[in-house]
Amino acid sequence: MAKVLMKGNEALALAAIKGGVDAFYGYPITPQNEVPEYLSKHLIDAGKVFLQAESEVAAINMVYGAAGAGKRVMTSSSSPGIALKQEGISYIAAAELPCVISSVMRGGPGLGSIQPAQGDYYQATRGGGNGDYKLIVYAPESIQETIDIMKDAFNVADFYRNPVLVLIDGLIGQMMESVDFDRPVKERKLPVKDWATTGTKDHPGRRNVANSLHIDAQELEDQNIHLQEKYALIAKNETQHEMINMENPDYVIVAYGTMARICRSAIKELKAKGISVGMIRPITLLPYPKLAFNMIPETTKGILCCELSMGQMLDDVLISNKGRHKVGFFGRSGGMLPDPSEIVDAIENFSDKVVE
Amino acid sequence: MNSASNIKVAGFGGQGVMMFGQILAYSATKDELFGLWFPSYGPETRGGTANCSVIVSNEEINSPIFKNSDHLVAFNGPSLEKFKKNVSPKGLILYNSSIITEAPKGCDQTCLGVPINDIAIELGNAKVANMVMMGAYLELTKMFSDETILAVVKKILGEKKAHLLELNEKALEAGKAFVRNASISYA
Repeated sequence: MAKVLMKGNEALALAAIKGGVDAFYGYPITPQNEVPEYLSKHLIDAGKVFLQAESEVAAINMVYGAAGAGKRVMTSSSSPGIALKQEGISYIAAAELPCVISSVMRGGPGLGSIQPAQGDYYQATRGGGNGDYKLIVYAPESIQETIDIMKDAFNVADFYRNPVLVLIDGLIGQMMESVDFDRPVKERKLPVKDWATTGTKDHPGRRNVANSLHIDAQELEDQNIHLQEKYALIAKNETQHEMINMENPDYVIVAYGTMARICRSAIKELKAKGISVGMIRPITLLPYPKLAFNMIPETTKGILCCELSMGQMLDDVLISNKGRHKVGFFGRSGGMLPDPSEIVDAIENFSDKVVE
Repeated sequence: MNSASNIKVAGFGGQGVMMFGQILAYSATKDELFGLWFPSYGPETRGGTANCSVIVSNEEINSPIFKNSDHLVAFNGPSLEKFKKNVSPKGLILYNSSIITEAPKGCDQTCLGVPINDIAIELGNAKVANMVMMGAYLELTKMFSDETILAVVKKILGEKKAHLLELNEKALEAGKAFVRNASISYA
């Protein structure tokens, strides 16, 4: 198929359909409204379920229920809406049910603004839900990458029986780009959903229960150990990142999503000025590509973490760096978007940006 | 066309500003180039200046955000005021001279006013003013062929509004004719 021009939110929705979504439950919020708008038409046309719930809390619990029945289920929201869903997300992760959540980040905290931001890194990777659970978090930098990831997201969720969060910012959601929907998807041998609560007629003599309550302390600890083993396997198999220009760079930028694309242009401008700058671009934020930091040469003068926030991924950069290099930070927030010249300036004045 | 063009399109809501930008991005996609469009959205689009940014490139687009535009297409006075300072020195400024009666002063770029509202009204429909502007823009930049633009416009109009294609085509041609007859000092 030839490329088409499509809005990020709509492309995300179409990619979910191509990824096999059976049901969508959501509640409106800017800047992600084109996701449910698109699905409300096209899912129903395809004989699938689209339901606008009475609240975010209701929507995520509908996801919990339908995921328990073995269906490919999705919800979508933006920053404060994702905050409301956190309880349900913890329950789904605890019950080991697969689902896909898309989050189109806007400015925060609180109601914040509806402009693009990346202030939900903590929300996505640390979560607001309780307990020792982890999501699988993807942070694409373009509409094309959003499509490629969404098409695979239900497979990843089903394979690991774990919620997958696709995290984009409002700019990726609102902009339009030339994209290709026919790029190949990684083949995965998916296990049969013999745990699905589809009624005992499907599994005679065995009750399937989707549950997150374990009254017995040892039973719960065993479940937590099992979850941690699963998360370690996910880290081993699914961690994704891109490295750019890592042969002897003077500096290394770490950035994801829209910020990474702004940095790509800055790196070109810096090259023209004779400053060699590499980039580590995490594609999965959780699991985080810690090992990539081992590839930064000793001679590199510093690492600049760039975010559309006041410094959240910075924590993971500091953890991954293990004190080897100086680490600086550049951030804009509230919906303010820097142009590449601001990143160029931050690298040229790196010593002012150093935090550790 | 070589390398990338950064284009800022701005005006009042309802002037067809967003559509102008989208037509460029659709045309880029149709010609197998890379197109990117993004709108200003939210409160700033209400009452003030609605604007969108477009990048047309023959290679993959990096930053969606740019500081300087190669081309500014201003549909009203506040937009021209707001964005003219960020146009590249060798760039192009096109403005709606039906409502911007005073040419911008000290303008180093190629700068041209097109009375798009008057031309559109002469054609019988004020709503095609943005297509008059498109004609002028394409005559100056040669960014896309008529064939590409008209195919895109036809698709956007769809079956329901197919009867408007001819009017849009006339508007496009009128914009082009205006530029051919204008005296322009190129930057």
